[in-house]
Amino acid sequence: MSFKDKLLSSYIALEDYLEFDSPLHDIRNEAIKNFEEKGFPTKKDEAWKYTSLKSLLKPDYSVYSNKERNVELKNVRKYFLHEIDTYKLVFVDGVYSSFLSETTHDTLDVCLMSAALNKSKYKPVIEAYFNKTAKSDSLTSLNTAFTKEGAYIHIPAHKEVEKPIEIINFSTGNEDAIFLQPRNLIVVGENAHVQIIERHQSLSNNEVLTNSVTEIFAEKRAYVDYYKIQNDVSTASLIDNTYISQQRDTVCRVHTFSFGGKLVRNNLNYFQHGEHTDSTLKGITILEGKQHVDHNTLVHHTAPNCESHQDYKGLFAEASIGVFNGKIVVEKDAQKIDAFQQNNNILIDDKATINAKPQLEIFADDVKCSHGCTIGQFDEEALFYLRSRGIGLKESRALLMYAFANTVLESVKIPELKTRINKLIANKIGVSLGFEL
Amino acid sequence: MLKIKDLHAGLEGKDILQGINLDVKAGEVHAIMGPNGSGKSTLASVVAGKEEFDITKGEIDFNDEDITEMDPEERAHKGIFLSFQYPVEIPGVSVTNFIKTAINETRKSQGLEDMPASEMLKMIKDKAAMLEIDRKFLSRSLNEGFSGGEKKRNEIFQMAMLEPKLAILDETDSGLDIDALKVVANGVNKLKSEDNAVLLITHYQRLLDYIVPDYVHVLMDGKIVKSGTKELAYELEEKGYDWIKEEMV
Repeated sequence: MSFKDKLLSSYIALEDYLEFDSPLHDIRNEAIKNFEEKGFPTKKDEAWKYTSLKSLLKPDYSVYSNKERNVELKNVRKYFLHEIDTYKLVFVDGVYSSFLSETTHDTLDVCLMSAALNKSKYKPVIEAYFNKTAKSDSLTSLNTAFTKEGAYIHIPAHKEVEKPIEIINFSTGNEDAIFLQPRNLIVVGENAHVQIIERHQSLSNNEVLTNSVTEIFAEKRAYVDYYKIQNDVSTASLIDNTYISQQRDTVCRVHTFSFGGKLVRNNLNYFQHGEHTDSTLKGITILEGKQHVDHNTLVHHTAPNCESHQDYKGLFAEASIGVFNGKIVVEKDAQKIDAFQQNNNILIDDKATINAKPQLEIFADDVKCSHGCTIGQFDEEALFYLRSRGIGLKESRALLMYAFANTVLESVKIPELKTRINKLIANKIGVSLGFEL
Repeated sequence: MLKIKDLHAGLEGKDILQGINLDVKAGEVHAIMGPNGSGKSTLASVVAGKEEFDITKGEIDFNDEDITEMDPEERAHKGIFLSFQYPVEIPGVSVTNFIKTAINETRKSQGLEDMPASEMLKMIKDKAAMLEIDRKFLSRSLNEGFSGGEKKRNEIFQMAMLEPKLAILDETDSGLDIDALKVVANGVNKLKSEDNAVLLITHYQRLLDYIVPDYVHVLMDGKIVKSGTKELAYELEEKGYDWIKEEMV
């Protein structure tokens, strides 16, 4: 039985447990129908030309794990940014871990999707926001049909959240292969501020495939700062579907740090709905071995006087593969838009590959749109400069890699996170530079 | 200290240096002058170990050791320093962190421990004061957004910190106003001793008013065509390079 068929029959089994007469049930049914029709994307789909899911669909994934899922804090502590100074929503094999989490209902809601879907007090929010973006995408539909658990974050108007919120998905490896579908809903009220860090981490070398969907709604003047840390083991793959809907005067920034995993596909979609919105998308990708990371971005400008900034840096060693597909759409009424996109790549070894494709669709006539894409090797002159100061070849390269990635790193606004990512980069590059990067 | 014997070097099959002979002893200052495209910067880069150039013939000895095939970092460890004409920008790495790394890498190569932080700080403070460098400047990203003068001053600061045996200054005077030139020259003079040597690469005589050379060599078409004392520099300033060409014919 193909994985698709297995999922379809799992859905039928799931239906027995579901809320029958609720609008949610209709949403699920519609979603599974869409997935059944479209199936998993293949290389024939334009948006998946350089990334094949074929080999990922072969293992016999467990869709509902009911194995033991105990995780000891001492084994996972290192994946937390802070033990006390953050809110935490921790999921283990797709199931909420109250032991590892720190939730709150005190003026803001940092809690569970399962609670939000089932309790009547959350009903208005669910009805207003759940699944309101990108209904047509088949992988998103697959997630919608099975939506069960994930983060539910609701920040009321004018609330400035005083500490970052961490969303962490662990997988134990107690199943030989596991398929996870976390579903996050984040609603940030008018003039509210929030910082969120998301991470997926496998604790074994068994196969993990995650198809995650995150919807973020920023009401007017909201500020959302979102960080994705992708540093998983080489048997874990991730399809991340993130949809951001921005009302007027909002700022939404997403930083994606892709250092690990077997295959990672980031579908990062921004929809601007009001004037003076600012969308920032930044990423550092550092790969080796046979790793494959695909950044597929969309910024949809529908209102005038808005900005978008994209800055993706990639370093590709050995036989790793990078993809950058950045699409900017400027609708007819979206005049005076300033859309900027930059994608710079360094191929460290001959076997490494980068496929870069900027796509601009502009229907307005008074816009500023710029995009630049570079693919190169190390600057020999810069290497010589460093070596002439007595710094060895390996260390010189590391310094240049660090300098190259720095424009993305310098806009990380959580100091502890910045230090953490610096360390990850130093580890990834494999040298100690004698000073804290 | 530095002995260059019949050095031929080029780039992609094109000969640039065509038989250079040069002997620089400890305590000496040599100036290499010459028109644009004569091979001055190539000579500086080849001595410092730039790998793009192919050495087709000849030899470079440093303190009686053949360094012709040596990596640039090894040459640096042995005490060769090149002040770049166009220093490279390294965003995200401060001047201080960069110089710490350079010093400790050199110490590591000599089997020494890292320099104690307090000693390093004191040295940075002293040398920065000597070159009239502001403390804030040291925490900026290396060369990023520096003016031409700041870049050159930073090169000499690195030289002061690394205390090389042979300092090669490639067009260090270009892009400097007269006040900055004086500060830089003053710094070089203070670092000068009986145990080290300086090779000045320059297009103009101006720098030589402040750093007085013991010998002046004229480089043309990849060869040293004339050598003399500092008076030769004045003659070049006055008459240009054409008369040497005519003399050669």
